[in-house]
Amino acid sequence: MTVAINCEETGKKLQETIAGSVISAGKADILVDANKLLQVAGYLKNTAGLDFDYLTFVTAVDFLDYMEIVYRLVSLKNNQSLILKTRCFNRENPVVPSVVPVWRAAYYQEREIFDLFGIKFDGHPDLRRLLLWEGFVGHPLRRDYL
Amino acid sequence: MAIRTEPFYLNIGPQHPSTHGVFRLRVTLDGEVVVGLEPIIGYLHRGIEKLVETRTYTQNIPFTDRLDYLSSMTNNLAYCMAVEKVGSIKVPERAEYLRIIFSEIMRISSHMMAVGFFLNDLGAMMTPVLYMWREREKIMDMFEMVCGQRLLYNYMRIGGVSQDLPEAFMPAVKKFLAEMPRYIDEYDQLLAQNEILLARSKGVGILPRDTAIAIGASGPVLRASGVKWDIRKMDPYSIYDRFDFEVPTGDSGDCYDRYWVRMLEIRQSVRILEQAIAQIPQKGPVCADMPQFFRPPKGEAYGYVEAPKGNIGFYVVSDGSIAPYRVHIYPPTLINITALQDMVMGWKVADLIIIFGSIDVVLGEIDR
Repeated sequence: MTVAINCEETGKKLQETIAGSVISAGKADILVDANKLLQVAGYLKNTAGLDFDYLTFVTAVDFLDYMEIVYRLVSLKNNQSLILKTRCFNRENPVVPSVVPVWRAAYYQEREIFDLFGIKFDGHPDLRRLLLWEGFVGHPLRRDYL
Repeated sequence: MAIRTEPFYLNIGPQHPSTHGVFRLRVTLDGEVVVGLEPIIGYLHRGIEKLVETRTYTQNIPFTDRLDYLSSMTNNLAYCMAVEKVGSIKVPERAEYLRIIFSEIMRISSHMMAVGFFLNDLGAMMTPVLYMWREREKIMDMFEMVCGQRLLYNYMRIGGVSQDLPEAFMPAVKKFLAEMPRYIDEYDQLLAQNEILLARSKGVGILPRDTAIAIGASGPVLRASGVKWDIRKMDPYSIYDRFDFEVPTGDSGDCYDRYWVRMLEIRQSVRILEQAIAQIPQKGPVCADMPQFFRPPKGEAYGYVEAPKGNIGFYVVSDGSIAPYRVHIYPPTLINITALQDMVMGWKVADLIIIFGSIDVVLGEIDR
C-alpha cells in the first residue's frame, strides 16, 4: 500500500534543514516557498528515509489570486507518496524554478504548463510550447482566458 | 583521408503509418544511424482539460473515453475514482467487481493490440494483428453486449457503473476465459522464439532501470526495465487486494522484454478475471445513489489506476459547484516517450520504428 507520508512531520524536518522553505504543512500536502523549491526537491530526493526518486505528475491550477503548481512524488523504495505544492503570485510574469535537474520526468510536463498556463520554469533546458503551435497568443488553461 | 559525413534531418510523420496516429518525429541522421530525435506533438490536441471545466462531472466521462481510445474503460475508472475521492462516495460491491472485470478485459484487448502492432512495425505485415483481432472481436462483442458500444464505452459512472450485465454476458466471458490460455499458448508458439523477432528486438532499444525511474516511466515500459512496480499490487485500489496475481518484470529493458512482459500480463489478467467471476456477488445495486447534479465539497483528489499503458491519473480540483474547477490528466504515454530519445541513439532508422512501436503509444492520450 502506497502510504501518504506524514506531511506535518516531514514539513518540520524540511523547515529545520532548509530555513524558511515551508509555508505550511497540511494533512495531505506541503506548501513550499518557490525560491527554495529546488533545494527542497534535492533534499526530498536524496535524503535517506525519504528517497522520493519518482515524480508522477506536475500540474498547475489557476486560482486567479495565485497559481499553484502541484507535484506528486513517489518513493519506489519505501512505497510512500507526497504532494508538494508551490505558489506564484505574479500573473504577468510568473516564474518558478524548474525541477528538471532533479526529476527528468518533469521535462514534458513543465513544457506543457508553460504552454497552457504561461508559467516560466527557470532552468528548464528547452522551454517551448508543447501542444499549441509557435505564435499562439494566450494561455488557454488560465481561468480568465475565455 | 577519412570520409566526412554530414548529418541531415528526416521527418517521420505526422501522417505516417508507423506513428500510430498523428505524431511527428524529427530525426537527425548520420547516414542511417540516429544521432538526434525530437518528438513533435499536439496535432490531436482537443483541449479536453479546458472543455471539462464547463460541463458537469458526469458529462465529462465521455471525454475520458477519447484519451486512450484503446483502453477507454480504465480511463473511465480513473476519472470516476478521482471524483469519488473528492466526494467521498462509496461504490457498491457488485459495481467494484464489474469495474475490475471490465478493466482487466480491457487490458487484454489493449495488450493484444500493442503486441500485434509491434509486430506490424517489425515487418510482419498484418498477419499477427489479425490473429490478435480474432480474440479482440470477442471482447468487443462483450462490451457491446453490456453498453452498446464497441470502442468508446462511457460505461462507468460516478459511484458505480451505468447498467447491470445482460444475461448473455456471463456465459460469453466464461467461454472466453476458457479459450484464452490456449490462444496465448498459440501466440507464444508462433512468436516467442521466432527468429526474426528475436534478431530484431533482443538487445535493441535498451532502457536502463535508472533512466526508466528518472523519466517517470510506468506500465510495461517500467516493468520491462526490471522495476517491480504495479499500482494494482503496490497500492491496491478498488478491490485488487482480493486477487492473487503476479507482477511480471523483464531484466534487460529491451524491445523484446517489453513485448514479453505484455504477453505475461495477459496471462495474469486472465487469472484475475477467473477469480473475479467466481467471487462477484450475484445480486445487488451497481451504482450508488447519486443526485442528478453532483456537487462534491471543496477539495482536491488524485485518482489513478494501472492502465494497460501505464499509470493514468486524474487530478480533480472541486470548488463546490456542479462542474470541476480543474481536471489534470496525467498521461502515461507522454511520459514514456520521454525515454525514446535515450533508447534510439545509435540505432538505425528501421530500429527506431520498432523501438517506438514497443512503447505502445496512443496519440489521443498524448495530445489530450
